Amino acid sequence: MVEIVNRPYASAFETFAVARPEVLCLSADLTSSCEVDGFRDRHPDQFLSLGMAEQNMLSFAGGLAMQGFRPFIHTFAVFLYRRPYDQLINSIAYSNRKVRMMGFLPGITTPGGITHQAIEDIAVMRAIPNMTVLETGDATEVETVLEAADAVDGPVYVRILRGQVPRLFSTPFEFNRLRTLSDGDDVLVLTSGICTEEAMRAAAALSGHGISVHHLHASTIKPFDRDGLVAAMRGKKAVVTLENHIITGGLGTIAAEIMAEEGVGIPLRRLGLNDTFAHGASRPYLMKKYRLDAKALVDAIVSVLGHSVTIEESELEAVRLDEVHSSAKAEAL
Amino acid sequence: MAIPNRKSTEEIAHGIRRRVFFHSMRNNGGYLSQACSAAEFLALMYNEVLNLGAPTLPMTPKPFMGVPSASNPDAFTGAGYHGPFAPEYDRFFVSPAHYALVIYSALIEMGRMGEEGLEHFNRDGGSVEMIGAEHSPGMEVTTGSLAQGLSMASGLAWARKRAGEPGKVWVFMSDGEFQEGQTWEAIAAMNYHGIDNVGVIVDVNSQQCDGAMSSVLDLGDLAGRVASFGATVQSVDGHDLDVLRKATSAFEPGKPLFVLANTSPFQGMSHLKKRFPRLHYVRFKSAEEKQDMQTEIARELGISETELEALAHG
Repeated sequence: MVEIVNRPYASAFETFAVARPEVLCLSADLTSSCEVDGFRDRHPDQFLSLGMAEQNMLSFAGGLAMQGFRPFIHTFAVFLYRRPYDQLINSIAYSNRKVRMMGFLPGITTPGGITHQAIEDIAVMRAIPNMTVLETGDATEVETVLEAADAVDGPVYVRILRGQVPRLFSTPFEFNRLRTLSDGDDVLVLTSGICTEEAMRAAAALSGHGISVHHLHASTIKPFDRDGLVAAMRGKKAVVTLENHIITGGLGTIAAEIMAEEGVGIPLRRLGLNDTFAHGASRPYLMKKYRLDAKALVDAIVSVLGHSVTIEESELEAVRLDEVHSSAKAEAL
Repeated sequence: MAIPNRKSTEEIAHGIRRRVFFHSMRNNGGYLSQACSAAEFLALMYNEVLNLGAPTLPMTPKPFMGVPSASNPDAFTGAGYHGPFAPEYDRFFVSPAHYALVIYSALIEMGRMGEEGLEHFNRDGGSVEMIGAEHSPGMEVTTGSLAQGLSMASGLAWARKRAGEPGKVWVFMSDGEFQEGQTWEAIAAMNYHGIDNVGVIVDVNSQQCDGAMSSVLDLGDLAGRVASFGATVQSVDGHDLDVLRKATSAFEPGKPLFVLANTSPFQGMSHLKKRFPRLHYVRFKSAEEKQDMQTEIARELGISETELEALAHG
């Protein structure tokens, strides 16, 4: 079964940062919520507490970057772009400063409701010139995204998963390259973040019913591995995207843009929050309610392919997931 | 080392007003009132307070070379007019970017930019923008979305302090920026982290775009509010060079220094009072008004008939 890793970010960040004295850990009163409390206690010289004052924190980080420091800002994703958006643009993005924004609790991964759920962050961040957007989908990506993010010459926004995180992948985060999780002929499924695990369940269940799914996982959202996507779409009957985000401006929109520009004339179904805010509740409840789960994906695939297969939720829950040992191996299948 | 400069600070202040006056008359309007309020303290900053190296950018400003990005090696900032980045030198952030014309005039008076630089003002494809951009002469960071300069300066100053650099980071702010919440976030952070290598000079002209600040959103006891965070505050006459000199050197260990320069928005151009309270950007409403302003302000600035003639034909 899939390994569940406890707080993968905490140890990964500590290992990463202590080896790089020019990395600074910035926090805005959500230090333990962002799993950097241990780092703060053990490495106070590399930690800056800036309080509940995100506008100042973002501009301050811009100033730190001018002197060659690489600030890693830790807070909930919503507080990185909603309240301090003007500072994000003028103090960081315009000048292409090497500020790394670690956004915790992406999408509906929090029961905190509308105030805490970053559901349009990718749409916003993607629209900003100079910005790079990354999203982690498992413990391995959380552990290895830091080096990839820090290699970028410019600002980076990262959706980070915290707490108990499944390990789905055995190979590290690879910048701007789609992961192939299964190869198939009928439909291309493109997913990101926590939705990838759902899609792995769906793909496994569908294969038992004769539907062959080609599954790609996206962890670099901007830029985007256009060539990888276009190659995988070849010969498919449809494309279905699933994302922990509104369907405008995120992964589904990226697929739509590329398909239109490349003249790929097959149907596209985008799953995600459909022009709605969510509300405070558990993650499984919200994923079911807003059609972000394996069942929603199965239904969409069956529908777009015109099949009459029926797959019950119990069948999806029974799917045993194994770690994907090598994306290279998967691609070679 | 400062660049040799034979002009007195008084002469530079007068020169700033003259240049902004001529420019505004030629263009049927401009940020005249900002020159009135800021001339003395900007002249003092550039001529006596700031420790800046020789300019690293050409006297004639370069054209705009594109926005900064990982793929644009040609992008530059206007910081070069304040000299090179080196441990011993100060940095000077201009937070109210709409004072650009006044800053450009000060740079010309100081011999840091050529006189011809003002001919590029607000010209398509140029770098000498009307509202100072990051690439405009004397502009070091993107400001003018107000109240971000102080936070950026604090971050830079914290980093310079950690690196053991003796140079300070100075910020020029307008009093309107103290309406923004971010300013108070920054002041709290500066005091909490003991950032004592930042000096702030504030143009307390009590004016903002809509008019007098008291009619828009009054700041109350600004000096008391800033001091209550633990900062050193010097509230002085912003046109008195002697008290400004003392105030700008009043640094105390562990504390940022705020010099509140209390100024008049029509100092040196008394006739502007006729436009009160709409002084933010003076655009002449009629040929008569412009002629009246030109005659009266020229008289007060000691501008000769010959110079005015040249203006009319230039």
